[in-house]
Amino acid sequence: MNPSAPFRVLWLQSGGCGGCSMSLLNAEQPDLLAALEIHGIELLWHPSLSEAGGDAFLDLIESIEQGRQPLDALCLEGSVMRGPAGSGRFHRLAGSGRPMMEVVSALARRARHVLAIGSCAAFGGITAAGDNPGEACGLQYEGATPGGLLGGDWRDPQGLPVINVAGCPTHPAWVLDTLAQLARGELGAERLDALARPRDYTDHLVHHGCPRNEYYEYKASAERPSDLGCMMEHLGCLGTQARADCNIRPWNGSGSCLRGGHACINCTAPGFEEPGHPFTETPKIAGIPVGLPTDMPKAWFVALASLSKAATPRRLKINAVADHIRVTPGQRGEDES
Amino acid sequence: MSARRILGPFNRVEGDLEVHVEADERRVTAAWVNSPLYRGFEQILHGKTPQDALVYTPRICGICSVSQSVAAARALADAAGVAMTPNGELATALVLAAENLADHLTHFYLFFMPDFARPAYAGRPWHPEIAERFRAQSGSAAPEALRARAEFLHLTALLAGKWPHSLALQPGGTTCPVEAAGKAQLLTLLGSFQRFLEHHLFGERLEAIAELDSESALRRWHRDHPESDFGRFLGIAEDLGLDRLGRAHDRFMSYGAYPIEGRPLFPAGTWQAGDAIPLDEAAIREDISHSWLNGPAEPRHPFEGSTLPAAEADGGYSWCKAPRLQGQPMEVGALARQQVAGHPLVRDLVEGSGGNVRNRVVARLLELALVLPAMQEWAARLRPGEPFCNAFRLPDEGHGQGLVEAARGSLGHWLRIHRGRILNYQIIAPTTWNFSPRDRAEVPGPLEQALAGTPVDDAALGELRIQHVIRSFDPCMVCTVH
Repeated sequence: MNPSAPFRVLWLQSGGCGGCSMSLLNAEQPDLLAALEIHGIELLWHPSLSEAGGDAFLDLIESIEQGRQPLDALCLEGSVMRGPAGSGRFHRLAGSGRPMMEVVSALARRARHVLAIGSCAAFGGITAAGDNPGEACGLQYEGATPGGLLGGDWRDPQGLPVINVAGCPTHPAWVLDTLAQLARGELGAERLDALARPRDYTDHLVHHGCPRNEYYEYKASAERPSDLGCMMEHLGCLGTQARADCNIRPWNGSGSCLRGGHACINCTAPGFEEPGHPFTETPKIAGIPVGLPTDMPKAWFVALASLSKAATPRRLKINAVADHIRVTPGQRGEDES
Repeated sequence: MSARRILGPFNRVEGDLEVHVEADERRVTAAWVNSPLYRGFEQILHGKTPQDALVYTPRICGICSVSQSVAAARALADAAGVAMTPNGELATALVLAAENLADHLTHFYLFFMPDFARPAYAGRPWHPEIAERFRAQSGSAAPEALRARAEFLHLTALLAGKWPHSLALQPGGTTCPVEAAGKAQLLTLLGSFQRFLEHHLFGERLEAIAELDSESALRRWHRDHPESDFGRFLGIAEDLGLDRLGRAHDRFMSYGAYPIEGRPLFPAGTWQAGDAIPLDEAAIREDISHSWLNGPAEPRHPFEGSTLPAAEADGGYSWCKAPRLQGQPMEVGALARQQVAGHPLVRDLVEGSGGNVRNRVVARLLELALVLPAMQEWAARLRPGEPFCNAFRLPDEGHGQGLVEAARGSLGHWLRIHRGRILNYQIIAPTTWNFSPRDRAEVPGPLEQALAGTPVDDAALGELRIQHVIRSFDPCMVCTVH
């Protein structure tokens, strides 16, 4: 279906790295521009793609604020910068002198929908790490707490909260699927999770489809970077807790963090930027990882882990701490490659 | 009679940029460059576990993510005294080169060329064809370039999991070993990207581009190949005199790029006042006299540097610091890298007309032709079954520096560790060099210098020319201030 009226999107960047836009350009089958066209999505302005800059852009902002230019979706990428001391001067919109946070809240009042693109715009994200020197927050959250720039009670004219397409960065398909559903008028509140993230991807765990699942089943763990084993026990992997479909719908054709041999750091979650321990080391109490797989009772996890550890096939034990397959399935005897 | 104007925001640059220009009726007489966003990564990193820099620093920038990772990994490796495995070194070079070449492609097709499709150029003979090919969003080139770029970045899935923001790039190598089939897939992707470059960008074999050795050779080549995208650019450059636009100080710097077994593909060095001069990294200082920052007035080496925001600082007009080498501003990027490396085409172009809009773009495209064959060689040298990553242990007290060449130039990380934690982490990004504000001697940064003299006799064309100069540096503003 190609809706007769275009679905008009304005994409702004504030306190972030631009990585969600760069990731969006990775869209494939079809490419980004084709995907937008197919769904009748018109980019009124995007910082990486549009022709107009300067005065033409400032005029566009003004005409949206005054209600002359309809806006179907405002996408913000990057945190809202409130510092220093609540002034917003850490990010002023170039050419205007206005704090970006003021521009964003004015535009949000005019938009039919508001999307936070990436964990920075959703929750504050990396920019809010440490002592949060920039006083960064999300559009409708400060970490996991409702609030942020627009306040927890804010709703768009259709009754939706800010749609938090969280991730660091976001997967291009998470953004495009969400925009396409909004353009079709088919994204209801029931399709958002408790943190207003699209359930299309947060109904899954990163663990789903992890190619290291057999190592996980037998608790055959990687000990050093580039080892093939499960990275949950020692290397900080949060894939069994993180909400995303990264291993079902891969990145850049065939990848994911786990496929790349490094830990999932749960980048779709509020507060991921401050895990309270080194990112690539699993915190443990009495040798047991502190964070358990989602929905797994602790006693069962401990019991099953010790049982499966006792049953670990020799193949997995050896391969888990190797950087290439040394023992193949069904291989007998002592020979290893 | 001079008038001062504020220009911005600028799109098709990475991040936020504002430029103040003073101009008389004919030319820009002075410019001040402002980076209007401050996030505070150096403050965020203070007190963290050092290896967590591998999570935070790539997220400084979504377009130079791998460069930031590699700089952090090198700083950590320097502190830990660990070397990469041969496979890890090759894989790191491949992932970094993939990002750098993808950025060059993105710059040319999405950021730079669409300006020539704008209505202000409607009277030029080339305009109809260029508009059809390069108009922002609707031109025929953008989807082709996006598809080629996305497929080329599959390489990062094979070697680093994903792009941007991977944790695969480690001090001792990479976390993502490839087996024989993976190696074959890498060569497939590289060959496919080579085809895109040869069919669309150059209309020519890469070797022939790499072998161009002088401005006259480039002219001859252009005469024979006007129909490629590179040829189209050269035609516009000639018509608009882009070789007379945007000249900065002609002081160039490169940290050296893609070291393999101790030998970089492009060596480190500087080019100043017409001479090659070795790089003395210890002579880098950051000046904050015109930054919205507090700190000592005497410029500091980044190991001794600090970052203390002060929105009201006297004399400040940017969040950006002013890095200087031996007290001098330096231009960095593909042109600087190839000038320092001594590529004969670039040396001849710079000899003839210095650093300018045309030469910066030519150097970027030349790098596509130079680096892709090197990537094919690196991929061929990967040895499946041998280690990709060495283990490392960080000292409780120590320091390290990580220098890398990102697409847009020299990126450095300087790390000090105290009691096992980050005591100080300072970053100087390429655009910090290129878009630096004035220093305490009132010497302008490279872009500020490059903008002075830009003809603005026609208002619409003048504004476009200013944009060509700005975009010719392929600025990354999110890196600049971080």
